[in-house]
Amino acid sequence: MPRVVFTSNLKRHVECPETVIGGETVRQSLDAVFVEHPQLRGYVLDDQDRLRKHMVVFVDGKAINDRETLGDLVEPSSEIYVMQALSGG
Amino acid sequence: MSDRLYAATRKGFFTVERTGNLWDVSKVDFVGENATLLLHDPRDAAIYVAFDHGHFGVKLQRSCDGGKSWEECAVPTYPTFTEEDKRRQGESPEMGAARDFSSLKEIWELTPGGPDEPGVLWAGTIPGGLFRSTDRGNSWEIIRSLWEREERWQWFGGGKDSPGIHSVAVHPSNSQHVTLGVSCGGAWVTEDGGETWNCRADGMRAEYLPPEEAGNPNVQDPHRLVQCPANPETLWVQHHNGIFRSTSGGELWEEIMDVEPSAFGFAVVVHPRDPDTAWFVPGVKDECRVPVDGKLVVTRTRDGGKSFEATGNGLPNRHCYDIVYRHALDVDGTGERLAMGSTTGSLWISEDGGDSWEGISNHLPPIHCVRFAP
Repeated sequence: MPRVVFTSNLKRHVECPETVIGGETVRQSLDAVFVEHPQLRGYVLDDQDRLRKHMVVFVDGKAINDRETLGDLVEPSSEIYVMQALSGG
Repeated sequence: MSDRLYAATRKGFFTVERTGNLWDVSKVDFVGENATLLLHDPRDAAIYVAFDHGHFGVKLQRSCDGGKSWEECAVPTYPTFTEEDKRRQGESPEMGAARDFSSLKEIWELTPGGPDEPGVLWAGTIPGGLFRSTDRGNSWEIIRSLWEREERWQWFGGGKDSPGIHSVAVHPSNSQHVTLGVSCGGAWVTEDGGETWNCRADGMRAEYLPPEEAGNPNVQDPHRLVQCPANPETLWVQHHNGIFRSTSGGELWEEIMDVEPSAFGFAVVVHPRDPDTAWFVPGVKDECRVPVDGKLVVTRTRDGGKSFEATGNGLPNRHCYDIVYRHALDVDGTGERLAMGSTTGSLWISEDGGDSWEGISNHLPPIHCVRFAP
């Protein structure tokens, strides 16, 4: 199952442990994490459920294309990294 | 008379207390975090602090034990941004080209509901939202009756890309009567708890627009709007163009001219018992935004704006570049104690109604908001 890792800078605000979770898309995997950690959602996604403007998600080392619906596919062996973008810093 | 003051700053939330005759910082919470606004609710003593965490968005913390412990509450969430909304936003007037009505950018005002509404909070936000909580910030609901007004699409940003609601004044004896200040969208009033709204900015003047638009109430840029608790028909506005006063609950506004050294500024507070007494912190209009001649003063009127005194006792009188933003000036319940915090991290307190000022610190982080404990 995909492994989801959050930037360590998020840990001082909200609980976000590294998680092995299901899902066939980035959206499905992140939604599954947010079920376990509901407060985390608002730190990663905005009011319209899009990836926050200054956040970036990598799947197996590649930044995702679909920042709005998070439809990029993930494999059972994928690693999903939720990071801060250099913009906005 | 309040012996405690709070300051929300670019790098944390500060508590400042008076011990003997000395004011000093007694506690710092959330060191390093951008605390943009605070509210100390006089009804239940809860403290709320809003944050802009940059990458991670806007958040709100609450303490119910005087700041010993904190818990995260909910933040206002905007309605689904539809294709029709995108189209309407694209039709915006030229001055609003950079607006984005889809997502919360900043909590720009937090105000308690009336004494008969325990747990009710109002939040004004960027972009252009008014939200109400009935459960002390555990959940928020957008006030659709205002959000869906056609005029909202005409609002545009002043110093910010998007318009915002920075002032919410709840009538002291009628919680259903609420007055708003919107940059740039004028002043709005509801008298039925938010069911219906009227724009009440007649008399305000927008010099930054062509002459035919200058008197349009819905394009005015009040920087801050306050209401006198003892005489709620009297409202004061520090506007982008100058100082305005209404003695008719906002039905009509009168411009106060010839205020020295300048009528430009962001902040205004009104005396809690005397509607004719108000304080302002002037600066050079309007792109420059520094104290006139590098000398910081506070202007005070005691006669409803007929005359002003500019007082600088205890304030820097040369090479000063401090600006006091809209939420960074406060007056306590007696009208004797005032506090102000600046963009360059200076904090001053007056204990004599603004006759003189004492510097508490000149090296705090940039100060967004100061509030006396009730």
